[in-house]
Amino acid sequence: MSLALDLALCALILGVSLAAVAGAGVFRAVIFFITYGLFVAIGWARLGAYDVALAEAAIGAGLTGVLLLTAQGRLRRVQADRTERPGAPLPAALAGGAVTLALAWAWFVLPVPEAPDVAQALPQSGAGNPVTAVLLNFRAWDTLLESIVLLAALLGVWMLARDADWDAPLGPRYHARPSGVLAYFGRVLPPIGLIFGVYLVWAGTETVGGAFQGGTVLAGVVLVAMMAQVLPPPRASKRLLRAALVLGPGVFLLSGLAAAALGGSFLSLSAALAKPAILIIEAALTVSIAVTLALLVIGPAEAPEPAP
Amino acid sequence: MIADLATYAFTALGLVFFAAGTVGLIRFPDTFSRLHALTKADNLGLGFIALGIAFQAGTLAQLVTLALIWALALLAAGAVAQLVARAALTTSQEEE
Repeated sequence: MSLALDLALCALILGVSLAAVAGAGVFRAVIFFITYGLFVAIGWARLGAYDVALAEAAIGAGLTGVLLLTAQGRLRRVQADRTERPGAPLPAALAGGAVTLALAWAWFVLPVPEAPDVAQALPQSGAGNPVTAVLLNFRAWDTLLESIVLLAALLGVWMLARDADWDAPLGPRYHARPSGVLAYFGRVLPPIGLIFGVYLVWAGTETVGGAFQGGTVLAGVVLVAMMAQVLPPPRASKRLLRAALVLGPGVFLLSGLAAAALGGSFLSLSAALAKPAILIIEAALTVSIAVTLALLVIGPAEAPEPAP
Repeated sequence: MIADLATYAFTALGLVFFAAGTVGLIRFPDTFSRLHALTKADNLGLGFIALGIAFQAGTLAQLVTLALIWALALLAAGAVAQLVARAALTTSQEEE
């Protein structure tokens, strides 16, 4: 019975990904990409990787989906979304096939690396969730760089603003009718999302969840509130906003340096301090991830459009 | 035993609503009636499936989670349907 479910899921993932790549039209491709992300999230959940499933659903399908839909909206406004159907996508198909072959070769031929047993080291890590232990203790270096990459991506997006618009509020102006459904939705959903996002971070040290998943949910809350005009559009020049952006990477770096100063090595966590350190780093990272992701979606500073 | 029967009955009823909603989505002529088919049927379909699964829940927390999933899906689907309908209305008025 579960085999039938898994086979159907695999077929759906392949079919939807094919529809996203091969179908005509940008909007259609985006919708199929979002659906693909949701099916892949179910796939990860079926494999027992609930942390990855949450991340895929929140970031892969949800946030990236909104990002792509916004991009599609911008393309449509300048009528650039009707691209000519590209000819035979042979090079892309060949490259994709080659990557698949290389991965299959690696899977079957390469030896499984002799990884140290995470379960054994878990009691000293300060986290009960092995994924959190790896992300914030054993491989903290990767996570630190990831948080900085997010910041660099946001700076790249901000560069796209015209010089004259630099002091304007970030993103397009959203319109919500004052007594409309969106205004209502933007007031009902944020409290629920806030609790859920904070819960995901708090629970993430012991069970499923974490800073990235919780941060993405919080970014969604911020976006809904902004689209419903509950929150005003932010400006890049606000000091509080900039502080929120660098809080996570900053706290992470400082804790790494502190560990080195206290006699350990950079980013090493002593077993006694590991749990509070992880909680503090995760809390700071969550704030930065939430703000960075939300600002990535709304885009660079834009002067208000002149009235038609 | 009776709980299993209730699960079968309610999830089957939910699937009927999902099937009807899908048929409506494909067959109905315009955006508004398609939205009607989608939201009404999916809300009821998800409701009946959640109700059916509720008979298998072991703890109160699982029951509350199921109810919460349905309530949030109702809220999101209802709000999104209104927004899509308004966007469709604006587009059709611009085209006239």
